[in-house]
Amino acid sequence: MAQAGNRAASLASGADDEVIVQLSRVNKWYGAFHVLKDIDLTVYRGERIVICGPSGSGKSTLIRCINRLEEHQCGQIVVDGVELSNDLKNIDRIRSEVGMVFQSFNLFPHLTVLENCVLAPIWVRRMPRRQAEEVAMQYLTRVKIPEQAGKFPLQLSGGQQQRVAIARALCMNPKVMLFDEPTSALDPEMIKEVLDVMVELAREGMTMLCVTHEMGFARTVADRVIFMDRGEIVEQNRPEEFFANPKSERTRLFLSQILGH
Amino acid sequence: MATASDIDRPAAGEFRPKPDQPPPALSVGPLAWVKRNLFGSRFDSLLTLACLAALYYLVPAVWRWAVAEATFVGDSREACAPNPGACWVFVNVRIEQFIYGFYPQAERWRANVVVLLGLGSLTYALSEAMPWRKWVALFLILPYPVLAYILLLGGMFGLPPVETRLWGGLLLTLIIASVGISASLPLGIALALGRRSKMPVIQLLSIGFIEFVRAVPLITVLFMASVVLPLFLPPGSNFDQLLRALIGVSLFAAAYMAEVVRGGLQAVPKGQTEAAAALGLGYWSTMRLIVLPQALRYVIPAIVSNFIGLFKDTTLVLIIGLSDLLQMVKLATTDSKWIGLATEGYAFAGAVFFVFCFGMSRYSLYLERKLGTGYRR
Repeated sequence: MAQAGNRAASLASGADDEVIVQLSRVNKWYGAFHVLKDIDLTVYRGERIVICGPSGSGKSTLIRCINRLEEHQCGQIVVDGVELSNDLKNIDRIRSEVGMVFQSFNLFPHLTVLENCVLAPIWVRRMPRRQAEEVAMQYLTRVKIPEQAGKFPLQLSGGQQQRVAIARALCMNPKVMLFDEPTSALDPEMIKEVLDVMVELAREGMTMLCVTHEMGFARTVADRVIFMDRGEIVEQNRPEEFFANPKSERTRLFLSQILGH
Repeated sequence: MATASDIDRPAAGEFRPKPDQPPPALSVGPLAWVKRNLFGSRFDSLLTLACLAALYYLVPAVWRWAVAEATFVGDSREACAPNPGACWVFVNVRIEQFIYGFYPQAERWRANVVVLLGLGSLTYALSEAMPWRKWVALFLILPYPVLAYILLLGGMFGLPPVETRLWGGLLLTLIIASVGISASLPLGIALALGRRSKMPVIQLLSIGFIEFVRAVPLITVLFMASVVLPLFLPPGSNFDQLLRALIGVSLFAAAYMAEVVRGGLQAVPKGQTEAAAALGLGYWSTMRLIVLPQALRYVIPAIVSNFIGLFKDTTLVLIIGLSDLLQMVKLATTDSKWIGLATEGYAFAGAVFFVFCFGMSRYSLYLERKLGTGYRR
């Protein structure tokens, strides 16, 4: 059905057959507020997914459930073959395979850019420092700021900080990257430098789940666009279809609001 | 057609920035500093003049008493008779007792070794850009306390034993303060983490301990450690008086330290722990590598303030019969040969305390500046 269709779309654009993230009937409440309602979502390896929707629709919560920054109360989340439960070992294992980029960067301000990048490889992967630094410099070069390695995060611009955050996540060689509104806290002229890095990452075949309002990014990069409202997945489709023929009235309204200006 | 950019800059051609101009006269330099800081307003000028007047009367008077008309050399009170100023002979004659208490004269070299080695390696470990700093710090944490314990107490390796009731003066003050300081920080961190723990038992125990200890004055804690504790111990068991004081002071300071550290922990944004978690770091790694380094940095002034308070609170151990620096000075002033020289004695004690406390305070400022690197934009 819809799922199969999406799968076909994914396969067509180079994603392979392997399921990397699987959510089935996931529900979550904040107190009495039902923030996620019966979410079913299958992500294939290499797939690029953009999640959009009005604020409060649960899109951030959804991707934060995938690495257990938020706990879901019912349903099942399986990441790379491991089910998320209360088992702390499993949680740490999944988190080390899933990279995340936050809206507010969340770099460690007391560590230099390079130290930010090597921290997790050294302490989680037990990688020797020298090797970790080599890997970190590779990724810092890829996000085009190797010359800032010795600086502290707060000495950089917002765009540079976010690129460091991407490099930091990549240093763990993650199987999936989660982006939680990565450009929303940036000044307009810095959005592009971050999006460019993300586009390149997508081109290299990284599996990505991206909460963003950058519809241009969704058009060029996404294999699938998901629209959420009030804790539900209202509609998902290939970007051409999604933007050209939104099926539901709610989606049409949302698109007219964010594309209309 | 005129475009927007033409309107902004009607003269055609490249944008050329204006050259920098020097600042207006008397806004930089020492004179400007004096004007801004001492005579900024009419009220400031008034205050400055009042302070200058006060200094004019105070400084010469103190100078006359402490230096110009004071007696420095001699071996008895009579030597001081011709001079109206301070009689430092008193301090000179008694200095060994002020420093060592009743520690036997023949064994004082042991105390010297312990104190000089301790202060020396501490200074070394705290100074920047010294080679092997980490090893010196490690020496201070691990073998040094054992070494100090063996040297001071004796009774092994052919060293004659020196009972703790003979320890006193500045030596005792330094021992209690350094044990209190080095025990209270880790204990305080543990209690602060415990208080924020999600495990109810640990949280309850931490809160109970912190709130109970903070609600009781230090004198009471020491008094209880000295008088009440033996009631619960099996009869005949000899629980060293100094050890009781050390435990009392450390636990007391730890409770205060815990709240200071907790304040720091709360100042670390939630995003930091989330980012650490997202990278796969566990609780202990996150605390050790991400949260505590930031939290402690925020509260350096409060931590050092606690240390300074603790250093001065050590004088309260006289309540349980230990003779720290202040108590030794007090004892000396009651000596009939030197009666009436309390001012000199207390001035000396005050000066010693000032040197240590001011030293800690300056180091704290230095540390703040040094660790602030990444936070300066």
